[in-house]
Amino acid sequence: MNLVYINSANGLSKAALETVTYAKKLGADVAVVTNGGADASVLASLGNYGASVVYQDSSLDGQDPSQLVKLVAAAAQKIGAATIIFSHDLIGKAVAPRLSVRLKAGLVAGAVALPEANGNVKVNVFSGKAFGYVQVNSATRIISLLPNSIQPEANSVSCAVEAFDSQAGASAITVKATKKPEGAIPLPEAERVVSAGRGLKGPENWGVVEDLATALGAATACSRPVADIGWRPHHEHVGQTGVAIRPNLYIAAGISGAIQHLAGVNGSKVIVVINTDAEAPFFKAADYGIIGDAFEVLPRFTEAVKRFKAAQH
Amino acid sequence: MNILVCISKAPDTTSKIAFTNGDTQFDENGVQYIVNPYDEWYALVRALELKEAQGGNVTIITVGTATDDAVIRKALAIGADDAVRIDAPATDAYFTAMQIAEYAKGKGFDLILTGKETIDYNGSQVAGMLAEALDLPFISVAAKLDVEGATVKAEREIVGGFQEVEVQTPVVISCAKGMAEQRIPNMRGIMAARTKPLNVVAPVALDALTTYSSYSMPAAKSSVKLIDPNNLDELVALLHNEAKVI
Ligand SMILES: Cc1cc2nc3c(=O)[nH]c(=O)nc-3n(C[C@H](O)[C@H](O)[C@H](O)COP(=O)(O)OP(=O)(O)OC[C@H]3O[C@@H](n4cnc5c(N)ncnc54)[C@H](O)[C@@H]3O)c2cc1C
Ligand SMILES: Nc1ncnc2c1ncn2[C@@H]1O[C@H](COP(=O)(O)O)[C@@H](O)[C@H]1O
Repeated sequence: MNLVYINSANGLSKAALETVTYAKKLGADVAVVTNGGADASVLASLGNYGASVVYQDSSLDGQDPSQLVKLVAAAAQKIGAATIIFSHDLIGKAVAPRLSVRLKAGLVAGAVALPEANGNVKVNVFSGKAFGYVQVNSATRIISLLPNSIQPEANSVSCAVEAFDSQAGASAITVKATKKPEGAIPLPEAERVVSAGRGLKGPENWGVVEDLATALGAATACSRPVADIGWRPHHEHVGQTGVAIRPNLYIAAGISGAIQHLAGVNGSKVIVVINTDAEAPFFKAADYGIIGDAFEVLPRFTEAVKRFKAAQH
Repeated sequence: MNILVCISKAPDTTSKIAFTNGDTQFDENGVQYIVNPYDEWYALVRALELKEAQGGNVTIITVGTATDDAVIRKALAIGADDAVRIDAPATDAYFTAMQIAEYAKGKGFDLILTGKETIDYNGSQVAGMLAEALDLPFISVAAKLDVEGATVKAEREIVGGFQEVEVQTPVVISCAKGMAEQRIPNMRGIMAARTKPLNVVAPVALDALTTYSSYSMPAAKSSVKLIDPNNLDELVALLHNEAKVI
């Protein structure tokens, strides 16, 4: 049996469904372990993606990675897990490496595909500029799956939800405050992203970017200089030194496409570039390009999306 | 305050990425190595700021071979007091973390800082592994860091936002953007770095848990399809019918 850790504190994220789908595709039965007090009916719906059982420790809030390690280790021991899957998100990055040491189990960090026939697992390396194939030398293996690498897939299995006491002890970490912009789509999870750079000339001009993002149900992002000068918040900065994203659709307006920017976005499935300069390097990495002024193109793009949506209804 | 900063080398961000030996090895031909940006700009500089404000010592540690000494000297030039190099190739994150843990054990470091990830292998693994090996709390991807007595006050990234947390020293923290500003080493720092202690330590016997067996490059993008800026309806139709993303 294989084990998946998911964070269900805020319901079931797309990343959670991806990891359960991934585990099911490995072949064996899938057990899920989770912390927090989500409703049993919500957790049981993981059966729709292939999970046979969910172990829930509702007493753990999940703020201390060393507690989550004990939770996952206890569940892994209970079922004799051969493979343990995490999402390669902020929680997975904090917990999976600790678990690797605790279980002496090799960790494949940032997998982008199912294991190959020889068992090697493909990961992103060099900030998305290449792929590596990782061989695990231990009997138990841990895989953290890069978000948006596979699509959740229906796979109806009957699923039991069982209370689980991980005896994880007290948290060493005290949470003082949480700052989360309301309603915004977290960038690493967004399926569509509208991004803009220095070509937008100033923070007061971002309305056209936000309008398109709203019309598409997309998150907004920016290039590094734009975050550095304070036109946009730091968490929107994508690229080598910012957030790495791999949405289905990445729209870049007024961004030149420097190699360090591309490093964070070149995993996107489809890239649309809008730039006044036909020589901008970004066009080489784009699927669709518009040579034109962002201040004219973006509003027209928004109108076209609205027309399309209206026609669909 | 005693601070240990884990420093990795990384290829300069403009390096051409290619592989040799039947795609089993990174081609280092013409590659310039720098200090991994997260380690340098955020972990090291914040460690130096804390030391300057509160006293103490900043030691840097690298698992690597003699070819890494140039990169270690760069980090010393920025202001670290002394350096340790565990004399072995950093075969995988587990090997690397266990070597650092072996060295750090019992030495009384209050803070152990790493970068959020290396920009070559992007694993985000070493810090968490180190914390587990030393049985210490771990703050992952911190954007702010302050220390008052034995209390560490940090801001860490969470999905869709940030969280202020507190924890008692000793602790392992992986550092990201926001924590400090890049420092350019001056001539005096570069001169001083030449004579600062660089202790070479033998590794402990240990097997890696993972191996990179080969590499590949992504398929080249087919050339861009240009759309008339006056015909955005065409673009939307293509995104729907052809690319199937809206
Ligand atoms: C170590 C290192 C790490 C880095 N990490 C990152 C990173 O993580 N992310 C990142 O983004 N950058 C990063 N950079 C910076 C990167 O090299 C570029 O400098 C940066 O991405 C450029 O941002 P930009 O495209 O917004 O601005 P510019 O390069 O100034 O480009 C602006 C573009 O807008 C176009 N333009 C102008 N007016 C219009 C208009 N009206 N309509 C449409 N287009 C217009 C121009 O033709 C131009 O192509 C890093 C650099 C280094 C050295
Ligand atoms: N060979 C190494 N020697 C010392 N520290 C390292 C080494 N490799 C990685 N680290 C540290 O661990 C962090 C995360 O690395 P990684 O797990 O490879 O993404 C880096 O930012 C460094 O601070």
